[in-house]
Amino acid sequence: MATNTTAVAGRESLTAAPQQRGRATESAIRAPVDIFEDSESITLAADMPGVPKDRLDVRVDGNTLLLEGTVQFELPEQAEALYADVRSTVYRRSFVLSRELEAEKVQANPRDGVLTVRIPKRLELRPRKIEVQGP
Amino acid sequence: MFARFTSLQNSLLDEFWRLQQEMEELPGDGLSFSGGIRPLPRGSFPAINVVRTPEEMQVYLFAPGRDPKKLDISIQQGVLTRSGERQIPIDEKATYYRQERFGGEFRRAISLGEDVEAELVEAKYRDGIVQIRLHRRESAKPRQIEIRREGGDTSWPRTLRRLPGGNP
Repeated sequence: MATNTTAVAGRESLTAAPQQRGRATESAIRAPVDIFEDSESITLAADMPGVPKDRLDVRVDGNTLLLEGTVQFELPEQAEALYADVRSTVYRRSFVLSRELEAEKVQANPRDGVLTVRIPKRLELRPRKIEVQGP
Repeated sequence: MFARFTSLQNSLLDEFWRLQQEMEELPGDGLSFSGGIRPLPRGSFPAINVVRTPEEMQVYLFAPGRDPKKLDISIQQGVLTRSGERQIPIDEKATYYRQERFGGEFRRAISLGEDVEAELVEAKYRDGIVQIRLHRRESAKPRQIEIRREGGDTSWPRTLRRLPGGNP
């Protein structure tokens, strides 16, 4: 299990606290995410404002979940930037999936610039209620 | 509750990391706009970009997941203010590992300068970005400023010249 909590080359663990990471080589924006877990799945919500559905790329490669989105800007010609909080048009984030998650059943749902990704847990690995029998 | 607290710290670190990264990526900061006297802390919500064309000033608000009708945008005397509340529903039964996304009330103001006309505003919302278009005033065209020197004295500036035996 130790390998699951080690961030490898920018990938993060879904369930461990964020670690000090190596510097990403691309000029992509690290989309802020919320990650939470209930008994059936792990859900991830990422802010990616400006990314339409057809410019989203949600991929599972081995045990890595990659989220990538490109902002669709309609900048007018002769536009001169006066101020910019957002200075890249690509959002990217990647996470290491642990084995109890069903990577082949990842559901991605973009809406109003928020990408929600739900990863179900394997049925046989979901927590079961243990009855405690008293005397 | 504790989950929110600890993740807040984490998200601050994350944010710091992200900003540092973005700053390092800048190929020389060519932006000439500081928002006037109202400082704009980086990383605050919603993020904004401002671009200018010969005819228009365009403001992009990055407000993901929002119902645009709940976003209050106003402009007065060249100062654009947007406020609102971003509600992120929390599942009480779930375990939270990260809460990096901004939640809560926000209010930000940015000075667009004198050269925008407040009455002509078009705003669109798409995929979490609000685009606001403002027309520029005719009088806001770049103009030459003439510097005049007072009096015939050629030493300049006058105020730094000390008079012999007199007051400084």
